[in-house]
Amino acid sequence: MGEVASVAGLSLVIEIGDMPILVRTDSPEFLRMLEDRYSGFVRPHTNPLCEFDVELVPPGKITDEDEVAVRFQAGRWLIERGDLRAEWDPATGRGSIRQSANPYSIDSALRILHSLILARQGGLLVHAASAVRNGRAFLFAGVSGAGKTTISRLAPADVTLLTDEISYLRRNGHGYLAHGTPFAGELAKVGENVQAPLAALYLLRQGAKNAIEPVSTGDAVRSLLENVLFFAHDPELVSMVFESACNLVRQVPVYRLTFVPDARVWELIV
Amino acid sequence: MSPLYIARATSIAARVLDGEMMIMSAKDSTLFTLNPVGTIIWQSADGQTPLAEIVERKICPEFEIEPAEAIKDAESFVSDLASHGILRVSDQPINLTQSAGGTP
Repeated sequence: MGEVASVAGLSLVIEIGDMPILVRTDSPEFLRMLEDRYSGFVRPHTNPLCEFDVELVPPGKITDEDEVAVRFQAGRWLIERGDLRAEWDPATGRGSIRQSANPYSIDSALRILHSLILARQGGLLVHAASAVRNGRAFLFAGVSGAGKTTISRLAPADVTLLTDEISYLRRNGHGYLAHGTPFAGELAKVGENVQAPLAALYLLRQGAKNAIEPVSTGDAVRSLLENVLFFAHDPELVSMVFESACNLVRQVPVYRLTFVPDARVWELIV
Repeated sequence: MSPLYIARATSIAARVLDGEMMIMSAKDSTLFTLNPVGTIIWQSADGQTPLAEIVERKICPEFEIEPAEAIKDAESFVSDLASHGILRVSDQPINLTQSAGGTP
């Protein structure tokens, strides 16, 4: 499935949000792990947006960074955490990842890479569940414990889950498209690799009754920004993320969704 | 007491949304929301007009506040914004084409 042998090793293309990223490795076992991890998001080889060579090293500390550190220096993005070190040259699209043979490190590297690419395109990665119903996408944003996995688990059969953890938004004309992602939360289930126009953003809160309330523009921007995944302390990109959040709340209705954790909440999501 | 001059920092992103001024520090991603008084001060921070003049001309008549009290509050406000790096404060006029960092 999507695997080719080449002089440089084995590779596959992981396409999230219609952005194909080629990952190359010398390890057949690691490649199989990636195919399994990103099942549904592995694509036949096309022209990739970026290419990464993965250098596998024995498990252990790779960098001194405990928290993720993302910085731009000498024309390359450098992503460091204790378990990984990645470099990416946005001009050539080429990069490398050093990590042990586990799916979590490359997962983090891909999320950060996508957040960097999306920032320049007006898109966002949001700490939110998302789902498609009747051809329209709905986002449910909130911190851990707000109910992202709960509302995903309660979704009826006619709902297609895009993710229960990390939502992927790209600009589409004056609106946004929500794409499925393989980034799962407690549901531990990869989202469907489909997309739909974003119809509403709900700010999740569990409570004693089901209710949808309007949110002021300022509160919407604040809440959205609290849930945006962005790691780089780069002034230009931070400004772009801020502008993207402001644009989104002007284009997409934002509500506070208080819900009782049972299936009736989905009667409100139409 | 020498006049204070204020200028907006360059490493920020700002937007007025539904009449509410929102400012994000691009350095540390801190988000600020200004009240109407703060918004007027922010929008008037051209580096050339003394803070006291901004307060006396634009704040006091609009909000019916005594100048002494208003200036004291405004100085505290600009000091707070300056501490977060989103406003520059100086006892000299600030040339907006100069690089940021004029906070004494």
